[in-house]
Amino acid sequence: MVTDNQAKMKQTEFLNTVMPFKDKLFRMAKRLLVSTEEAEDATQEILIKLWSKKNKMESYNSVEAFAMTMTKNFCLDRLKSKQAGNLKLVHSNYTDENTSLQHELEAKDSISWVERIMDELPDQQKMVIQLRDVEQYEYDEIEKLLDMKPTAVRVALSRARKTVREKLMEKHNYGIG
Amino acid sequence: MELDKIEKMVEKYFEATTTVAEEATLRTYFLSKNVAPHLEQYTPMFNYFSGAKEERFTKQVPLKPRKNYLKWASVAAVAVFTIGFYFYSPAPTPVTLADEYTQEEIESAKEAFALLAMNFNKGTEQLYHLEEFEKTTNKFLIKE
Repeated sequence: MVTDNQAKMKQTEFLNTVMPFKDKLFRMAKRLLVSTEEAEDATQEILIKLWSKKNKMESYNSVEAFAMTMTKNFCLDRLKSKQAGNLKLVHSNYTDENTSLQHELEAKDSISWVERIMDELPDQQKMVIQLRDVEQYEYDEIEKLLDMKPTAVRVALSRARKTVREKLMEKHNYGIG
Repeated sequence: MELDKIEKMVEKYFEATTTVAEEATLRTYFLSKNVAPHLEQYTPMFNYFSGAKEERFTKQVPLKPRKNYLKWASVAAVAVFTIGFYFYSPAPTPVTLADEYTQEEIESAKEAFALLAMNFNKGTEQLYHLEEFEKTTNKFLIKE
């Protein structure tokens, strides 16, 4: 019974550490894998991996940064093996274009356009813009996480932001894409 | 916040030279209802970013130490296997009839088999007639 309680203590302790950033991991996974289901599976796997390393967790400077790096590597590996296996990403999170265009406000459509534009960005730009514009990470954190030089991070971010802007303009100018 | 300051910040934003704090200012500006018309084109971006941050991971994570059980199960399986091998002895050598049955029993069994064989032979003798029959039918079949 004593060990049982201890196990429970450990579990709640673990969940408390992981709770604040588990959504961030999921969003990062989704940014890269696009499909919600796959992102959920990936996040689950990352958390289980973290759980198995819980005894070493205290030695990490930042568990969040460590977990984020794990997520990044895991997703990139997934994408790589997918390309190797010549499999197409299958996802169903996009709403039907026709009905949404007819029934929803233009502003709302523009938001889903942004999502689609983001999906077309190169992986590195996706990660940078995700970490900066969605999660508001500082530049030095992004550098460490993605193992990039400061200038490279800025260039990637600027490119990503400009691409989103440009593509958004195109959609606006040509009407419904 | 004055418009020209926002404009400058937007410019910096696309060059990726804004700070996190400045970006927060931009976000609040673009999420407000009174965005200047010539800047409205950027609202979807900021709208999307803040919306994207609302996504939550809702799946449960199974944290029970189930892996341990599996590990011990395999250990147990191997142990059972080796113990089984250790105590495994070859099948006992076959015993002779004389060991298991009395002389009387064997005699009566022999008698029964002899009777059976005799009757069986009677039956097979009758089969020779069938052979004769077959010969004649074959003649017909070959002719046709």
